[in-house]
Amino acid sequence: MSDVTTSASDSPERRRAAWMAEAQAGDRRAYERVLAESVPLIRAAARRQGVPIDHVDDVVQETLLAVHRVRHTYDPARSYDAWLSAIASRRAVDALRSQGRRGRRELHDEHAFDTHADVDDATASTEREQDARRLREAIAALPPGQREAVEQLGLKERSLAEAAAITGRQSGALKVNLHRALKALRTRFHGDP
Amino acid sequence: MSEPRLTESLIQSLGEQLTPVRRLPPPWLRTAGWLLAVAAIATWLLAHYGIAGMLRRWSGTPDLAMAGIGAVITAVCAAWAAFALGVPGRSARWAWLPLPGLLLWVSASGMGCLRQWVAPATHVASLPEANDCLVFIISFSIPLSALLILLLRRACPLRPVLTAVMIGLASAAASAGLLEICHSFDSTATDLMMHALAVAIVVAVNAAMGGRLLQPR
Repeated sequence: MSDVTTSASDSPERRRAAWMAEAQAGDRRAYERVLAESVPLIRAAARRQGVPIDHVDDVVQETLLAVHRVRHTYDPARSYDAWLSAIASRRAVDALRSQGRRGRRELHDEHAFDTHADVDDATASTEREQDARRLREAIAALPPGQREAVEQLGLKERSLAEAAAITGRQSGALKVNLHRALKALRTRFHGDP
Repeated sequence: MSEPRLTESLIQSLGEQLTPVRRLPPPWLRTAGWLLAVAAIATWLLAHYGIAGMLRRWSGTPDLAMAGIGAVITAVCAAWAAFALGVPGRSARWAWLPLPGLLLWVSASGMGCLRQWVAPATHVASLPEANDCLVFIISFSIPLSALLILLLRRACPLRPVLTAVMIGLASAAASAGLLEICHSFDSTATDLMMHALAVAIVVAVNAAMGGRLLQPR
């Protein structure tokens, strides 16, 4: 591991640029420092885009993962902060869009209650239990990697970054496994791939 | 696990996975690489059709020459803009770069239709011949767009649709420039419309498909 060669007299932005350049060459210490210093900048970019405070950490983690994937696109002759902020803003917009999509899919309680009130009889309850059992069995029958992705991301509702940190798998692999698992479950229950 | 703790452990885990990376070359150098492919096609067309016909047409009707030069300038600038837009943090204003070339290309092509004389060694294109121009521009745009998309997938275009529009414009303009080498028709409104239609199709297909292909992973 090479020494981090930036001096204390450098401005914080120039220091981050130098650390990222060293990280591109494989310097782990410089990389961890620049990522740690990036967190407040990502939070600021996410807040500027209007991400609610309780979702900012998701944007931070998604941005750190994106920075890792595209770190080869940084040009040390240019501003590191501008490069990082552009990636963070994009992730923030993605997060807002996916929240919007989730919001449209979820029905408001009153509307759901009026239009889809439960039929509270023994038959409905038994059917629900049977459905839940079939789903549990179907998940248990998935290959280990796919089962793990469904459990972490679907059932326990962990974020991608959190699931990656816990399972030690790359977030890309988790996404692929979840996608395959959902496809397999859809085919099993509805018969359409 | 609390969020700050989680971010710390993520940073540590990314540090563990760190490997040295090959830096992306600057946009001008990547543009030059793509232009080499265009130049290779131009060389092949010139070897096949010769340069004399094109020079005779251009000396007799400078507007055709201006239109050809405008198309080439548009291709260079649009490709450069696409590569610049592929780097996070670069301004979206790069998308204006092809505009001067585009204006020259469109206005010189339009002027050609207003002329009274017919360019030397050409005839006015019939509708089936104008259709050939459409097929030529689209067929050459496909590999040129594919190459640009391939080169840009290694980058990180944060504005994928705008980048894809630049890709479409660059490849359609380059194909129209290449067409000048073997274009044995004079400008007519029909032929010009076919060129405009071909460029519009290439740009629209790129915006629709390329935007998706270039989505940040």
